[in-house]
Amino acid sequence: MNKYWHVVTLGIQSTLVYRVNFLVRALFGLVPLLALILLWRAIFEGRTDAEIGGYQLSEMVTYYLIVNVVVALTAVTEDDWQIAADIKDGKISQFLLKPIDYLRYRLCLFAASRLVYTAAAILPTAGFLWFQRDAFLGPASGLHFAAFILSLALTALLQFFISFTMALLAFWVLEVATFIFILFAFEYIAGGHMFPLDMLPPAILSLLNLTPFPYMLYFPVQVYLGRLDGSVLAHGLLIQACWVAASYILARVVWGRGIRHYSAVGG
Amino acid sequence: MHTSPPNPPPVAPPTGFARYAGIYGAFLRNGLVREMGFKINFILWIFVELLWFGLQLAFMAVIYRHTERIASWTQWQVVFLVGTNHLIQQIFTALFMNNCVKLSENVRTGMLDFLLLMPVNARFLISLRHVDFGAFVNAGSAVAVMVYAARQLHLTPTLPQLAGFSLLLLVGLSVHYSVMYILACISFWTVRAQGIVWGYYNLFQLARLPDEAFRGTFRAVFTFAVPILLVTNVPVKLLIDKLSSPFEIVWLVGLSTAVFVLSEVFWRWSVRHYSSASS
Repeated sequence: MNKYWHVVTLGIQSTLVYRVNFLVRALFGLVPLLALILLWRAIFEGRTDAEIGGYQLSEMVTYYLIVNVVVALTAVTEDDWQIAADIKDGKISQFLLKPIDYLRYRLCLFAASRLVYTAAAILPTAGFLWFQRDAFLGPASGLHFAAFILSLALTALLQFFISFTMALLAFWVLEVATFIFILFAFEYIAGGHMFPLDMLPPAILSLLNLTPFPYMLYFPVQVYLGRLDGSVLAHGLLIQACWVAASYILARVVWGRGIRHYSAVGG
Repeated sequence: MHTSPPNPPPVAPPTGFARYAGIYGAFLRNGLVREMGFKINFILWIFVELLWFGLQLAFMAVIYRHTERIASWTQWQVVFLVGTNHLIQQIFTALFMNNCVKLSENVRTGMLDFLLLMPVNARFLISLRHVDFGAFVNAGSAVAVMVYAARQLHLTPTLPQLAGFSLLLLVGLSVHYSVMYILACISFWTVRAQGIVWGYYNLFQLARLPDEAFRGTFRAVFTFAVPILLVTNVPVKLLIDKLSSPFEIVWLVGLSTAVFVLSEVFWRWSVRHYSSASS
């Protein structure tokens, strides 16, 4: 266990090099977020009823703010590119020779980079929340907040395992970027990045609920907002945990097959 | 005393515009050859961009499922706006995007020394060397959406209106290019400017939203400091008769000129402070 702790600290040190990059990223990321919030404010202003698609203005604003927080804490940014590059350049060979598990190693690096990113993003994000405080709602209850934290951890794992598996495609294809972008695009809309998924026609929503995408972002945000209760909430967490387990198994299986296919180019 | 150049060329090379057109022709040929080397990848990228375009339209479709208007903009006006923005963005991608992103890499690897030594305007070389053909294909999908939205709006633009619209699109394109070039030049100091450049790609999203939705500081900043809200909105408003005053056009043209001049000044200043990375 100890050696993986070293990986985390190493990861923190090497990502700290890019702290300015992270800060800039976080700052630039706030602009489209602000634009979306202002857009919704303009839409709400032009209407007489206080709700759109079951959301009041404050709920809508909070939705986007929490989406941003969840993304900062759980989104995979560079890891998948690095994994694909490790495979393509043959760097992965050294991990096969060492008593280290590559998946765990990458998971530690992912945790480290999220820590550093969160540290860099916390000030701009907190400032932004303060700026939007008139519409920002706290968690629905202590229980919902606890469930939110749990769901957040599951989201991070799900994000990581799926990205890890995608990056492993580099064992078979030369250029994984397109696949990563296609997945990202699906996740962007089906995860609830652009709008709350329950604004979609019900038929599409129930279809999406059969995929892991809503559990990669939309679900924890719904938990935070207190839009899920009791058995529905527990059921959701269970499904999310199942997706995590499934994606973990998939990652292991694909890794095993990839290694057998691997020919150590340039290594 | 008169000294002649050591090796006078036998045939006078083409000068000025013809020479640069010839060089650009070579860029195009290289780009095409490169793309055709990875045909499947080429098609997949077109698919990725189509998917993103579809997502933007889906976003608007969802909003208009629940509301009639955003400020005074109706659904098809916004679809036309999103289409136009996609057109500008794809042409920007086709011509400039990769080049701007690559500048930091060129600085880091020392490739820039080589480019600066070429007997061609260095900015021309750096800005236009890599052409992305897939983006031209995607520009086509944007035009298709624009035409469809225009029919839904029963638009019958006059020829001068169309000409003005096209000209303003070019002006908008130059705003994106100048801002991106300024950001890319920051890589002379930070080495890894990709984050900054991709950050601006984030801001592209603003350009496809109706400017009327914004007020106050936000609108002022993205109209005057970084005129991104004007880029797509002004040409579209010209075509759908939404311009509140002709001054909006004046602003777009004036600010795009200002940003371009600024980018040139900053570029020259950056190069003067450049002290090679390798060799």
